[in-house]
Amino acid sequence: MGSVELDPKPARRRWRLHQSALVVLWVVMSMMIWVGLYWYIRRQSIRNVEEGLVSMCEERARMLQDRFAVSVNHVHALAILVSTFHYQKEPPALDQETFADYTARTAFERPLLNGVAYAQRVVHTQRELFEMQQGWVIRTMKREPSPIQDEYAPVIYSQETVSYIEALDMMSGEEDRENILRARATGKAVLTSPFRLLGSNHLGVVLTFPVYREDLALDVTEEERIEATAGYLGGAFDVESLVENLLSQLAGNPEIIVKVYDVTNASEPLIMYGPDLPDGFPSPSHTSMLDFGDPFRKHNMVCRYSKEPDVPVSATTTASGVFVICMLVGYIVYAAWNRYDNVKEDCRKMEELKKQAEAADVAKSQFLATVSHEIRTPMNGVLGMLDMLLDTKLNSTQQDYAQTAQVCGKTLISLINEVLDRAKIEAGKLELESVPFDLRSTLDEVISLSYSKSREKCIELAVYVSDGVPEVLLGDPGRFRQIITNLVGNSIKFTERGHIFVQVHLADHSNLVVEQRPEPGLNGHNDDSIPTASVSANEDFDTLSGYETADKRNTWENLNKFLSQSSYSTQNGSTHNSNSELVTLVVSVEDTGTGIPLHAQSRVFTPFMQADSSTSRNYGGTGIGLSISKCLVELMGGQIWFVSRPGIGSTFTFTAVFQRCERNGAVEMKKDTLDILPSCFRGFHAILVDERPVRAVVTKYHLQRLGISVETVGNVDLGIAALTSEKGKLLSGTKRRCIFLVETDSCSSKNGSIPFSSLEGSCKGSKLHLPNLFLLATSELEKERFPGFSDYAFIMKPLKASTVAACLQLALGVDSQNANEDGNNTEGPSSLRSLLVGKKILVVDDNKVNLRVAAGTLKKYGVEVQCVESGKDALALLQMPHKFDACFMDVQMPEMDGFEATRQIRLMEKKANEKVKAGEHGTEDEMAGMDWHLPILAMTADVIQATHEECIKCGMDGYVSKPFEEKQLYQAVAKLWASANS
Amino acid sequence: MASAPLKAQLTDLLNSMFAMDFLDEQFKELQMLEEASGPGFLAEVVTLFCGDAERIISQLSVLLNEPVVDFGKVDANVHQLKGSSSSVGAKRVALVCVKFRNVCQENDKEGCIAALHEIRHEFDELHKKFQTMVQLEQQIQVLDSKQMN
Repeated sequence: MGSVELDPKPARRRWRLHQSALVVLWVVMSMMIWVGLYWYIRRQSIRNVEEGLVSMCEERARMLQDRFAVSVNHVHALAILVSTFHYQKEPPALDQETFADYTARTAFERPLLNGVAYAQRVVHTQRELFEMQQGWVIRTMKREPSPIQDEYAPVIYSQETVSYIEALDMMSGEEDRENILRARATGKAVLTSPFRLLGSNHLGVVLTFPVYREDLALDVTEEERIEATAGYLGGAFDVESLVENLLSQLAGNPEIIVKVYDVTNASEPLIMYGPDLPDGFPSPSHTSMLDFGDPFRKHNMVCRYSKEPDVPVSATTTASGVFVICMLVGYIVYAAWNRYDNVKEDCRKMEELKKQAEAADVAKSQFLATVSHEIRTPMNGVLGMLDMLLDTKLNSTQQDYAQTAQVCGKTLISLINEVLDRAKIEAGKLELESVPFDLRSTLDEVISLSYSKSREKCIELAVYVSDGVPEVLLGDPGRFRQIITNLVGNSIKFTERGHIFVQVHLADHSNLVVEQRPEPGLNGHNDDSIPTASVSANEDFDTLSGYETADKRNTWENLNKFLSQSSYSTQNGSTHNSNSELVTLVVSVEDTGTGIPLHAQSRVFTPFMQADSSTSRNYGGTGIGLSISKCLVELMGGQIWFVSRPGIGSTFTFTAVFQRCERNGAVEMKKDTLDILPSCFRGFHAILVDERPVRAVVTKYHLQRLGISVETVGNVDLGIAALTSEKGKLLSGTKRRCIFLVETDSCSSKNGSIPFSSLEGSCKGSKLHLPNLFLLATSELEKERFPGFSDYAFIMKPLKASTVAACLQLALGVDSQNANEDGNNTEGPSSLRSLLVGKKILVVDDNKVNLRVAAGTLKKYGVEVQCVESGKDALALLQMPHKFDACFMDVQMPEMDGFEATRQIRLMEKKANEKVKAGEHGTEDEMAGMDWHLPILAMTADVIQATHEECIKCGMDGYVSKPFEEKQLYQAVAKLWASANS
Repeated sequence: MASAPLKAQLTDLLNSMFAMDFLDEQFKELQMLEEASGPGFLAEVVTLFCGDAERIISQLSVLLNEPVVDFGKVDANVHQLKGSSSSVGAKRVALVCVKFRNVCQENDKEGCIAALHEIRHEFDELHKKFQTMVQLEQQIQVLDSKQMN
């Protein structure tokens, strides 16, 4: 137990540790989920923002590009216009005025351009001519007269917005010169890198378009192009205003910062447009390529958010929500786990408690077993001593006392078994035996048991079994006796005066009893309505002792009815009775005790219930008896009920169903249960003087069981009269012995002992000897009231056939040998000795000690014993012919056990017998003509039915228990010899 | 009577043995048998029993020491011992035998070993007392026979 309790503790601690580790792990995991989720949502939102940025940026870039392209196209158109009207017309159709007017009016077409101007290509050789034609000197960008160059590109036409560049040599500016050279070489629009424009001083880009004198084919060389160049059309893009214009058109998103770069030189991007604000936040940003139609230059646009994009609230809330859910789930799991843990712990405790309870139950059983064993052991001593006492020379009374004591002892032992069985009854495991038994002797045993107590209290205890009840019944005698013992025991306990009367009737003719079964509620309430005829007489009731009883049906009237009916059924109904296999008995136990208080009547059959707490104080007992009885009665297929009136008495009645059993079928009936009554009184005649008919019937019942015919008379005078008439019969020659039985109270009702003297007188007158006179006394005290009588003349109550027989035997001196004609009663060492003396017996047992003891015991009876220690040795000794009279064989032996040895012996005998029959041995064999059959008795320690059956099966003749018990040994041996002799 | 104190001693010894439940009714039977079948019977039976029991107990301890215990054999041996002890009336040994058989039928090795210890203990006690008893009886016999002479 200790180890079981200690074990779970470290495991539990470990589990706690484990648990807290799990909790921490779970919290950490939840936090990780929280962080992960937060980052995920945040990244998702940033990506969205970036995508928005990209789309916005691209949109702006495309728009800017488109506008740019439109402007470029228009400049292209202007170039063609200049080419058409200035060079291909003679004289040129274009002058400054027209150009300015036209360009001003078409300025809406070029929203991005500050203005356009046309510069003519002038070679140095033509400079003077040109200057003369125009009337001004070619100047540089710095507004100084141009130094001598190879060629010049003075602006001849200009839009009004840029009129300040007229006459300026475009070739003088670094960017413009490069542009011009590139433009005329490619024939396409080219752009400068951004620079500060003249005039506005804004950042800007100059677009240059070449104008050729004639249309050129596509595949002309660079030199030819240069040669064909007539002039250059230029336009200035004011990028700053351009982009602002554009952005305002886009309903600009102030969150976005847009920058445009010229990235022709990738390592050194030149900013074309952009606020002078810091770069904003480096990320997110997007760069879109811009194509302004000049393959030489590369531009791009960079967009950024002006502010850091906000982390969406959902990132925090969702993640937090998930975190909370995680914690909740964790808590739920934890709580569930904890609960599970607790429940498991409780379960374990329960299991432990259950184990303890079971152990307690086992302990209880062991206690019961031990206690019953402890009681049995001294009881065995008592019984053994009684056995020994019975072996000594005793007179009949002493013998009866001793026998009674022995019977009581045996009943006590069986009672102990019954106590053990109580548990079985409660568990519903009790099974009833079905063995043949003699109901009458069973009842006698009940009387023996209650004998001393009833005599102590001067209560009359009587048993009556009606004639119709079969002698032998099939059922469970032990249980039946248990019920009656219980009821009688209770009655004795609660009765101080009067009687206890046990009656057994057949249910067939006690139908009225069953029909009249009263309502339990009526018990005790019918005090006013006791219509007993005899009440008025002399306050004496027609009951056994004259006291009133609770159940008025048990009066003489009713008994008489049963008697008449039973005699009827024995005469006529024997056929119809024996037809039915089942016999239903009605047993009633009537007392004149205190009765059961009304309030307690409802729980009489509840276990451990007594009428009130004072009951157990006054009377002892546990109160379980009646509940056991009820269970047993129900097991026997019957019912139990009672009638009780406080202060008057109780009558318990029950029915029980038994099987009919023919007398000859009861051969195997145990000798113990079949108490054989001496038959020496057959033919006797008795005159019974009793004023109470009920009591007379009981006495008559017992006497009749002894084979004595009875004549009942009401008083002594009538008895004497009857005796005289009997005498007449005697004279007529029938040799009947006559006895005269008088109830003590019936004779004292007259004038003392006078009737007896008159009896003596009347006897003396005749030739016959005085009839034996007996007084039926309830207590020893009554003996003193009749000083004239010897002890032998009293028959003490309660009556039972064997007691009566013993008393009569003693007084009449009937020869006991005569009484035991069938020899069944001669038990004892002397008879055992007579049976065994001089016999030669082989004892077989592998256990030397047992062998020695058995041999010693048998030697005591004058047996010539030979011992062997194994079955084989026994076989060797028992080779035919041998001189053994019997063999005692141990059952359990190594190598060859008793059963096998017996089988072999029987086989040998069979062979020998066949040989004898065949005449092979001839007459010289002294044993010839005799059948070989060695009586073999098994010796066994545990006498159970199975062993017994096996003994018989393998050819043994019987068995005795080890160590030897005298009585059993006698029975077995007697049976053996009897069968051998027959 | 030179043997009288010895006899008193013997009676005391036997009474104490009965009182302590070493012996039961069956032993009394044997005593009665001795009266019937002459002196020496009791001593013979007791010696037989002691030898027998000693042999069985040593056999039991051998059987129980084996790794795989043959409970059938153990049971048979215990049965033998139970038989002889109840024949002699050695109550306590017989009771322990009953217990032993119970644990043996449950194949409970631990229980068997414990029971064997118990049996050995009980038997040793009994053996000592028996030896004393037999010695006393022999001395009484010697004295008695001397007296006869």
